[in-house]
Amino acid sequence: MKLRIIVTLKPGVLDPQGKAIEHALGSLGFAGIESVRAGKLFELDVADDTSDEAIDAMCRQLLANTVIEKYRVEKAA
Amino acid sequence: MKSAVIVFPGSNCDRDIAVALREVSGSAPAMVWHRETELPADLDLVAVPGGFSYGDYLRCGAIAARSPVVAAVHAAAARGVPVIGICNGFQILTETGLLPGALMRNTGLDFVCRDAALTVANTDTRFTRGYAADEAITIPVAHHDGNYVADADTLDRLEGEGRVAFRYAEPVNGSARDIAGIVSEGGNVLGMMPHPERRIEAAHGGTDGRRLFEGLLAAVA
Repeated sequence: MKLRIIVTLKPGVLDPQGKAIEHALGSLGFAGIESVRAGKLFELDVADDTSDEAIDAMCRQLLANTVIEKYRVEKAA
Repeated sequence: MKSAVIVFPGSNCDRDIAVALREVSGSAPAMVWHRETELPADLDLVAVPGGFSYGDYLRCGAIAARSPVVAAVHAAAARGVPVIGICNGFQILTETGLLPGALMRNTGLDFVCRDAALTVANTDTRFTRGYAADEAITIPVAHHDGNYVADADTLDRLEGEGRVAFRYAEPVNGSARDIAGIVSEGGNVLGMMPHPERRIEAAHGGTDGRRLFEGLLAAVA
């Protein structure tokens, strides 16, 4: 089973990297950039019988720092 | 003073803190590799050093915080053993939940490596008793991710309970409420981004860091 786990900063957490990217897009002449938030994408290949609980635990215990980040899991066939 | 320094792959201030502890206390710390599951008995201090453990992969300190030895550090902290985490050590202590909050990329996005003016925010901790109240000191910083972040309730609680040990006296990295170092609820765990072990003898350009270790030593003796 293939998983895509997307980790992003929680709303309200300032994102200096996203801000820098936003400014760089503006410098390139792209108009109308209202906001950029940077995050992380993990692609996992796991055993088909891996439970949702186990996947959630992986996210909470390691892949995301839930003090500042949230995560969402997408399953692909 | 019987101390231990935890060594991770990518630690690079482990020898600096070992020298500082030896110079101040007269006895060399045990160097404990991250794969160990136990710490030496009867420790007076556990030090989690600065560096770039695991190349800062995933998040600074994230992988190190899941090392076997960290369970032993938790157990020692729960027994009341003083634990100090400096720079990457601070990041590791927040990642493992011994200290609240998180350390994010500096708001200026630059790696900041220079002397930083600090204020001792609370002298009533075992780590800061060697300083005067509100004393201005200078200790170097060297980090890319030292921007302390926590929710407003946590920040209020840290301030209300006197758990902010050090503050920046000038803009350094965008830290919430200028926080440079905090202690745990029990007061025996300190995390700080500045490097006191780099300011222990005159040849370093000052000795403002030395008094942190002297204060700890006095508390043990």
